[in-house]
Amino acid sequence: MSNQTTINLEINGKAHALAVEPRVTLLDALRDHLELTGTKKGCDQGQCGACTVHVDGERVLSCLTLAVQVEGRAVTTIEGLSDPGAELHPVQAAFLEHDAFQCGYCTPGQIMSAVSCIREGHAGSDDEIREYMSGNLCRCGAYPHIVEAVREAAKVMS
Amino acid sequence: MRDFSYLRAGSVDEALSAAAMPATMLLAGGTTLLDLAKCGVNAPERVVDITHLKGLDAIRVDAEGAFIGALAKMSRVAADPAILAEFPAVSEALWQAASAQIRNMATIGGNLLQRTRCAYFRDPASFPACNKRVPGSGCSAMEGVNRGHAVLGTSDACIATYPGDLAAALVAFDAIVHLGERKVPVDDFFLLPGTTPHKEHAMQAGEMITAITIPASPAARHSSYLKVRDRQSYEFASASAAVGIEFEADHETIRDIRIGLGGVATKPWRARAVEDALRGKVLEPDTIKNASRLAVESAIAHGGNHYKIELAPRVVERAILKSGALA
Repeated sequence: MSNQTTINLEINGKAHALAVEPRVTLLDALRDHLELTGTKKGCDQGQCGACTVHVDGERVLSCLTLAVQVEGRAVTTIEGLSDPGAELHPVQAAFLEHDAFQCGYCTPGQIMSAVSCIREGHAGSDDEIREYMSGNLCRCGAYPHIVEAVREAAKVMS
Repeated sequence: MRDFSYLRAGSVDEALSAAAMPATMLLAGGTTLLDLAKCGVNAPERVVDITHLKGLDAIRVDAEGAFIGALAKMSRVAADPAILAEFPAVSEALWQAASAQIRNMATIGGNLLQRTRCAYFRDPASFPACNKRVPGSGCSAMEGVNRGHAVLGTSDACIATYPGDLAAALVAFDAIVHLGERKVPVDDFFLLPGTTPHKEHAMQAGEMITAITIPASPAARHSSYLKVRDRQSYEFASASAAVGIEFEADHETIRDIRIGLGGVATKPWRARAVEDALRGKVLEPDTIKNASRLAVESAIAHGGNHYKIELAPRVVERAILKSGALA
């Protein structure tokens, strides 16, 4: 018995209507229904931060958010951070400049989290960056470069 | 995750009548509900979304104390200037918990109701026995890997630790949980496991947390939270203490002291024996050290968690010195 319901989501400024079961997470809706695969599925249990997106401008975990829950809220994913072909977001540029990744799998989540970290005013020192970026794990261990990138991007954004 | 039907509550009354139905769970931040649904611990048939309800996320602080709506997010409460000024231990307990993303999602009501991190509780596929999940089925933690388990408030049925940080601060400062009109002191809200570890709190079916209030006090104003854990951030407490101190006019004799413990007990733990031993005393290192030992007077270890009986008094001692320097 199908329990699908049609929901209307606003993703990266565009309206989308999609039919999903209530149990479908925002993460699975983005990746499997909308082909927005920039948002990554790491642990799928709220422990790694790879799935970080913004809802109404605040960073959250899309793996622990139901798609149906964000009807009426504005969702931004890594795809919506800068327009294709346009200049990169300062945090994206800083991650390239400072080589802040190796395999790249955690990077979209790191970048979405870093944008918020800076906006929240929590990039004042390396210690503060480490504390407020602790929800994003990097198994390659690129942490020193990630901290550098966030520190430098914060200067550009201020 | 098993499928469920979804209802978006339009009012508190609608949420409450829906919540009274069997196999129904209220959805706020979702960080516990969905996590445990994926583990197979939660299998609701109906989920009632209360995140669209208006007016339940207020944060107000006045001369009487703090009023925090159940849907206020952890991050907002932690950063609230009046909470920082009047209840610093509450702010510290919040920002030292979870991650920035989870603090933007999780609500204050949901934070209180978070479930234990006991690995056996969280894995029903591998460990069908769990007295918390299935009353009377047994416990794998007693003889298992129990490094993170509780040493205070345990029973023969359950040694699962209550994992929250906020509640340790709330229990220290006599916070009240509002279930609509019904008001329950936070110390009474949480239940000891005893023979019924599946009953974790005093809430009945068809009730929901609507707010928390914390009475203002000089001890709460001069308070701090100390959290010791296996990694520096994004980790549950091995042992933690929320401590608030008020001195007499001589600035060295303790008039009032409040101590709440996290990470070591089956519920948010008030260390009253330590408080009683220190009230009226001069704040002095040996006095504090000796009194802090009383925090674990009734502690029982189960092998892996023996270190907590040594760790907890040290955390209490350090937290008292830290808060004493603020008062």
